[in-house]
Amino acid sequence: MATEVLMPALSPTMEEGTLAKWLVKEGDTVTSGQIIAEIETDKATMEFEAVDEGTVGKLLVAEGASGVKVNTPIMVLVEEGESADALPAAKAEAAPAPQADTPAPASAPAQAAAPVEIVSKASADWPEGTEMKTMSVREALREAMAEEMRADETVFLMGEEVGEYQGAYKVSQGLLDEFGAKRVLDTPITEHGFTGIGVGAAFGGLRPIVEFMTFNFAMQAMDQIINSAAKTLYMSGGQMGCPIVFRGANGAAARVAAQHSQDYAAWFAQIPGMRVVMPYSAADAKGLLKTAIRDPNPVIFLENEILYGRSFEVPVLDDFTIPFGKARIWREGTDVTLVSFGIGMAHALAAADKLAEEGISAEVIDLRTLRPIDYDTVLASVMKTNRCVTVEEGWPVASIGNHLSAVIMERAFDYLDAPVINCTGKDVPMPYAANLEKLALVTSDEVVAAAKRVCYR
Amino acid sequence: MATRKTPETPAPKRPNVSKEELLQYYRDMLLIRRFEEKAGQLYGMGLIGGFCHLYIGQEAVVVGLEAAAKEGDKRITSYRDHGHMLACGMDPKGVMAELTGREGGLSKGKGGSMHMFSKEKHFYGGHGIVGAQVPLGAGLAFADKYLGNDNVTFAYFGDGAANQGQVYETFNMAALWKLPVIFVIENNQYAMGTAQKRSTSTPDIYTRGAAFGIPGEVVDGMDVLAVKAASEKAVAHCRAGDGPYILEVKTYRYRGHSMSDPAKYRSREEVQKMRDERDAIENVRELLLSGGHATDDDLKSIDREIKAVVNDSAEFAKTSPEPALDELWTDITA
Repeated sequence: MATEVLMPALSPTMEEGTLAKWLVKEGDTVTSGQIIAEIETDKATMEFEAVDEGTVGKLLVAEGASGVKVNTPIMVLVEEGESADALPAAKAEAAPAPQADTPAPASAPAQAAAPVEIVSKASADWPEGTEMKTMSVREALREAMAEEMRADETVFLMGEEVGEYQGAYKVSQGLLDEFGAKRVLDTPITEHGFTGIGVGAAFGGLRPIVEFMTFNFAMQAMDQIINSAAKTLYMSGGQMGCPIVFRGANGAAARVAAQHSQDYAAWFAQIPGMRVVMPYSAADAKGLLKTAIRDPNPVIFLENEILYGRSFEVPVLDDFTIPFGKARIWREGTDVTLVSFGIGMAHALAAADKLAEEGISAEVIDLRTLRPIDYDTVLASVMKTNRCVTVEEGWPVASIGNHLSAVIMERAFDYLDAPVINCTGKDVPMPYAANLEKLALVTSDEVVAAAKRVCYR
Repeated sequence: MATRKTPETPAPKRPNVSKEELLQYYRDMLLIRRFEEKAGQLYGMGLIGGFCHLYIGQEAVVVGLEAAAKEGDKRITSYRDHGHMLACGMDPKGVMAELTGREGGLSKGKGGSMHMFSKEKHFYGGHGIVGAQVPLGAGLAFADKYLGNDNVTFAYFGDGAANQGQVYETFNMAALWKLPVIFVIENNQYAMGTAQKRSTSTPDIYTRGAAFGIPGEVVDGMDVLAVKAASEKAVAHCRAGDGPYILEVKTYRYRGHSMSDPAKYRSREEVQKMRDERDAIENVRELLLSGGHATDDDLKSIDREIKAVVNDSAEFAKTSPEPALDELWTDITA
């Protein structure tokens, strides 16, 4: 019986890929375990092995085709005597369809409000009319590191798989070739030790970029980050600072469960002596990482695996940096302020779109840095809209949203027309099952519901 | 107390030490002892607060190690750090005023006994978390290697810290990357109140480097000349680019782990026996006198000098004002 071979998912976040090369042609015999194709994911080029045996009846996807969705049939294997054209009654079993988002509200609004216009605000980070190019967050981060490494010999990158492997998430791809093994240093899997070595190197006059494959592994190194890096300037009466960047993927990716999915934004934001950055867009990733590398303090730079592959417009400027402590207003609005950062911004912006359709005008603020926090921008917005919803992926207890709510209450209490609502991840370890994971994460629908509540709609 | 040049010739088994050098070691060790005695006294008077870990008994370790250091070499240690600071030439007034939490302290009163630093003397702390200074020290050595100079780093830690996991992570990377770092295990035989035999699976800690290909040796830490000889050998190894070296220096602390330690875990006789039979300062004193390098009067005069330095530091530490209140908010970020 003919078998369809499907485009495989070769990483937790892969949704589509490029069929870089076929290693078999129609008519070839394929044995189980034989490498039949090279497939390029968002992270790497992977060899794809056959599971079933048979003869290649038909190649359904041409070599070089990009954007091939996971589970798309790419090849037909036939058994002896079978024709590829007599094709399969047997459809490949598709993965179970993901469950729908949070159930739709039972009752539609009694009367539909007229949609409001979406007012995107131009970024104040570069002059109007600046030439822009489209770039993924991953490329933006790589460019930031490469530019700073070209500019300053003391900047170097260390971490697991940053060099020869070209980065576990391909962020450091190509850096080893350009800068050599002295400046792109593969470490053993010993976060506590190599973080301490990085901090010591910063004391000794270098500017290390320490990559954590994910920030979940930084917990092994927490003592060196906090006790050694963040506190030494103060303990030394200002004599000895620690110019170092700790960067890597933070928060949930996809289906990697409890030990690989935590958002550490609120943890790190609590520590005096540290800078904490969590960009959403590629432009912010680039401009803020360059600032981070130049900053004389320890900087926690929280990236997101899902965002790595997303593309944004990035200004084409020789030396583009974004200062810490300046939020960006993505959308102007009048009815409610949505405050977020990192991947939370994706939910906040999606919610703002949906709210606009329902006649609610949301102002969307990306904090971008969590230490320092740009309170003024948030407060000015809340004083205008009188309502606020915060959005973040992390847990609800002692969250960034909790903190902002307290600040808003202290400094803008009389402007509030409703209590601030914090939309967060659920208060549970991240589950593995697809439906439960979805439930654990914050969604744009939850943000919409919260925004309606504070608007009493 | 300034750092001294390494001799050009390879170190002989018994170092050919000059009279001047021997007198210098005597002074340096005596300064540490008198300083620490004074610190203990000020602690008793309530002028020093918090944790205060005295170095009395271990003076020969740091003085012997420093004898092989040159300008540019770095040092980093734990919270039992007063001796290391004095031995590398940091101002006793600044150290004592930090102990009393005053403006004139080396960290402006914001670090305290366990957290002092000096860029000028290449002293990188003073670290309060047991074992944390070991990877930090390897990182300092990493920086020197990266920058292409021939400096070495002395990373001091105790027999207690020697059981921390990060020490072995560091051994691995230091050997892998051939970092110019000397791991100095100051084995004073007690990890706070736990005797080595109750906490450590093997009696010889230096042998643990063998698993990583790091050479090491045991040294008599009550003999400053033995420590000096070992230090010269280790320094030569590191400076030649041959990677890290381990020195396990067997020593003994006469006082408790900290000022608040009643030291019930060992007998008074054990301490007294070390003091009577092995004291490093007494040993040098004997050498000086028996060799005819100094008279009793010479040594008495040195004692008086040291006493004056220590008294001045105590006076400064008492009279220096407390930090201004707005210091609370400075030096958090650069």
